[in-house]
Amino acid sequence: MTQTPQPSSRQVGRYAYDSVDRTFLKQRVDQFRDQVRRRLAGELSEDEFKPLRLMNGLYLQLHAYMLRVAIPYGILSASQMRTLAHIARKYDRDYGHFTTRQNIQFNWIKLEDTPEILDILADTEMHAIQTSGNCIRNVTSDQFAGAAQDEVLDPRVHAEILRQWSTLHPEFTFLPRKFKIAISGSMQDRVAARFHDIGLLARMGDNGRAVFEVYVGGGLGRTPVIGTLLTSELPEEDLIAYLEAVLRVYNEYGRRDNMYKARIKILVQALGAEGFREKVDAEFAAMDRARYHLPPEIVEAIRARFGAPVFDADAAQAEQALALRLKADPEFAAWVRTNTHPHKQKGYCSLTISCKPAGGIPGDVTSAQMDLLADLADRYSFGELRITHLQNVVLGHVRQDHLFELWQILQLNGLGTPNIGLITDIIACPGLDYCSLANARSIPIAQKLSARFADAGLQREIGSLRLNISGCINACGHHHAGHIGILGVDKRGEEAFQITLGGSSGDLPSIGQIIGSAMSEDETVDAIVRIIDTYLAQRAPGEHFIETCRRLGTAPFKDAAYAVA
Amino acid sequence: MPLLENGQIIEDTWQEAQDGQPLSPDSDILVPLSRLAEGLGRNTGGRLGVVLTPADKVEDLRAALPRLDMVCLTFTSFRDGRPFTQARALREHLGYKGSLRVQGHVIPDQYEFLLRCGADQVVAGTQSPVSVWLEAHKRFSIAYQPSVLDEKAEGFAFRKWLSPS
Ligand code: HEM
Ligand code: SF4
Repeated sequence: MTQTPQPSSRQVGRYAYDSVDRTFLKQRVDQFRDQVRRRLAGELSEDEFKPLRLMNGLYLQLHAYMLRVAIPYGILSASQMRTLAHIARKYDRDYGHFTTRQNIQFNWIKLEDTPEILDILADTEMHAIQTSGNCIRNVTSDQFAGAAQDEVLDPRVHAEILRQWSTLHPEFTFLPRKFKIAISGSMQDRVAARFHDIGLLARMGDNGRAVFEVYVGGGLGRTPVIGTLLTSELPEEDLIAYLEAVLRVYNEYGRRDNMYKARIKILVQALGAEGFREKVDAEFAAMDRARYHLPPEIVEAIRARFGAPVFDADAAQAEQALALRLKADPEFAAWVRTNTHPHKQKGYCSLTISCKPAGGIPGDVTSAQMDLLADLADRYSFGELRITHLQNVVLGHVRQDHLFELWQILQLNGLGTPNIGLITDIIACPGLDYCSLANARSIPIAQKLSARFADAGLQREIGSLRLNISGCINACGHHHAGHIGILGVDKRGEEAFQITLGGSSGDLPSIGQIIGSAMSEDETVDAIVRIIDTYLAQRAPGEHFIETCRRLGTAPFKDAAYAVA
Repeated sequence: MPLLENGQIIEDTWQEAQDGQPLSPDSDILVPLSRLAEGLGRNTGGRLGVVLTPADKVEDLRAALPRLDMVCLTFTSFRDGRPFTQARALREHLGYKGSLRVQGHVIPDQYEFLLRCGADQVVAGTQSPVSVWLEAHKRFSIAYQPSVLDEKAEGFAFRKWLSPS
């Protein structure tokens, strides 16, 4: 029944390090240890130390240092998850917080412990490199990569190439601002490609090699922008050269006088899409392209270092076994319907485990839960896990006839919530509970909404809905991209919230519109209940919330939100 | 301030042109971009270099480059990474083969990056002991991406061996 864990050198879904990669990580840890020492000795000013610690994921927050650990393109092995649990237990308060950039954050870290933590991470081939700072950040990808039925190309291979290329890139480590790249290999964009500094949509080219659609200058924050299509036909061999060209233009021309205008989206707007493209093309044409050429041999060498699952030959019967269970147990069936995703292998599916129990803190996972998730990954999914940009955890390759057993275990441990894609599958940033930039707390309002809509039947009735919360205009909780967004603001010294409607990431990206003035936390929760009631009353058959919203515009929802009861 | 080349301290034989002063006739002299013509017109045996600010366009040096022995890039802040791109453009697009110096607010943690973008001399600030710069020069033995240096391949993919010697 149980899967045998794969040999550790080729862990499923992960890129296998060799001794050179390991040496590099240790050198990086030594460097940071020395940077901490120089800071404490006064050789580095706080001004000089700050970007260096940020490039190792270390922030100074309201109460303590916060460490953001990279989970490259979201993929983790079970043993890495156990290491994260250990760090949570020993150096934090027994919790970790999964984030919208497929990272994990620890909120209560001591500066002096950080080199040791990085050393422990390095022992399991993990790090915090470039999870922060004005450099190319951790590259994100599809949580169903290598598994999804609709996938045309496994984006992890190119994500790994980009990870390597961007790691301590000599030219692009002191950019005007942070730089985020996402890559998707499916027909359906699950990575919010058009809300990234660079979004790549991969597809198969005629020659059997990848081709990329390249979007540039998307982003959220105080100026939300949908990315511009720069080229729709970038051949794989030019991937590195072209991105070098884009980054060079950004490094040279991006604004540095005003940090709010320093993102590439502002540059693209200032030059216009054509103007920006011309500069990139000129740079690309002038480059020594041979130097940056990405030949198929390199792509294949990297692909070969990814472990792949060996599927069970008898799994085809899994479907029938599951079908019987689904009939017998409607509650289980509801969970399967919301929390699984079609797999390319017959008899398998990808399972999303909700980190958002009713009334819980989105993305928060205890160390015990992390250990459990690791064990479940070993038993049911080839020892591999994925973190989603929606703050949940995915088991990529689960036999359908194992789902029932899994569900029972998850339920016992607070991880069985059947709400993926529904109204309580809320994204929330850390907000004023941890974040020094926040205007309002995101977590309590998320908890109240999650409790208010906890009823599973009601959630199913409401259907597909994305509710996102940010504690300030920086938009770490993607509120602009939420069908319903909540933005924390400061209203004469009080925490208050604005509601946005109509945002969407994915294939039809749009930016949510603010519907009116800010309200208190409780008023906001009530207003959202009325918005949902309005939708339920006015939707056409089969219509999702976002579709009703697009059809009717925001007016009826605004009226409902501000109606005095 | 110590001047580093190849992870060694070397003596600085160059002078920077003083504002409002005529260029000294025979010494090796560094002029700002605005005095480039004047420098080129100085018909003597002294060598000539140009100091660029981060906002200067390296393209403006194209015609003069064959006659320059030194280009000096300036970091106004170590956080302003434009000189990295200037260095690469000089080496890669303009094929510049002379000395490429970096001055201003740079920190030892950037040493490797500077070299890999094509700089060969660094005016090290006095904030960090020189030993920290020399350590920084040896800290990493590999890098993951191509750079303007012709570094030896390490294993597979783009990995490069950074030999400190
Ligand atoms: C707790 C410490 C955090 C701080 C101080 C912080 C800071 C910021 C700032 C200043 C911005 C605006 C950047 C800009 O648009 O130029 C921003 C945006 C953003 N941050 Fe955070 N953030 C934090 C936590 C997070 C978390 C937990 C996530 C999730 C991984 C996150 C992901 C994002 C995202 C997705 C954006 C959207 C902006 C964009 O890319 O256009 N941040 N953050
Ligand atoms: S959105 Fe604002 S409050 Fe929330 S994490 Fe980002 S910076 Fe902090």
